[in-house]
Amino acid sequence: MEAREKFTNDAMQYAPQLFSTALRMTRNRADAEDLVQETFIKAWRSYATFQEGTNLRAWLFRIMTNTFINKYNAQQRRPQETEMDEVEELFLFRRLGAFDQSKMTQSAEDQLLELFTDDEVKNALEELPDMFRLPVLLSDVDGFSYKEIAEMLDVPIGTVMSRLHRGRKMMQKLLYAYAKERGLVDESLLSPQD
Amino acid sequence: MADCQETLNELHRYLDEELSADRVEEILGHLKGCTDCQEAYEFHAVLRQSIREKAQRDELSDGFLDRLKECFGDEVMGDDPTDDSDQGPNS
Repeated sequence: MEAREKFTNDAMQYAPQLFSTALRMTRNRADAEDLVQETFIKAWRSYATFQEGTNLRAWLFRIMTNTFINKYNAQQRRPQETEMDEVEELFLFRRLGAFDQSKMTQSAEDQLLELFTDDEVKNALEELPDMFRLPVLLSDVDGFSYKEIAEMLDVPIGTVMSRLHRGRKMMQKLLYAYAKERGLVDESLLSPQD
Repeated sequence: MADCQETLNELHRYLDEELSADRVEEILGHLKGCTDCQEAYEFHAVLRQSIREKAQRDELSDGFLDRLKECFGDEVMGDDPTDDSDQGPNS
């Protein structure tokens, strides 16, 4: 098979996933389309160096993540401490988890699945500072391993883990704020130390 | 067998599928007998699923995929990068 045809066949299936992640990275449709386009151009140019049998999807995401970081000068620095208010690990669960005291039933599960709207989830992700948003996107949304993310961001695995940890806590806080705005939270049910 | 604190500490690594098989077994052993931890695990598993599904629901603009295919067309990009027929011993 001609190389271009093979590349098209193999790589194009990932375009929608790449686009969604690009949209969360750039927060803008036109920029996201440009980013995906640039990713495919770069991938095609260096397709000769791609090792057949390795993970094409991870390779494309790696190219896109690099391109995003370089092009947008994405801040890999720590945000100001004020943005980093710590919350406990089970922040959201302790506030929203008790749909059913005995056990998470099927209906409670569906309720949680539909608790947040698409836009709320997208907005919460987009509100995270770059440094935390990238690992959270690559892990929670795209399902890459710590090792793959470490390679994409060019940081040690331990750094990926600590950024994921912080990023997910921030995410819980942002989602909780949306739930509160919509009146889904009865704060009188929370114990005083919360 | 792991206790509650240990189990909750491993929650995300478990969902990330980054634990060893032995560790997974210890965690599952604890979850079997502990409704509280089980609920926390289920909550986070469902939350993760919800985030994953919702964050990937984006409609592509009309014609985007076609434009994308054109952008790495031979006409635009020049020679086939994998064609090394004139580059020596590997050809």
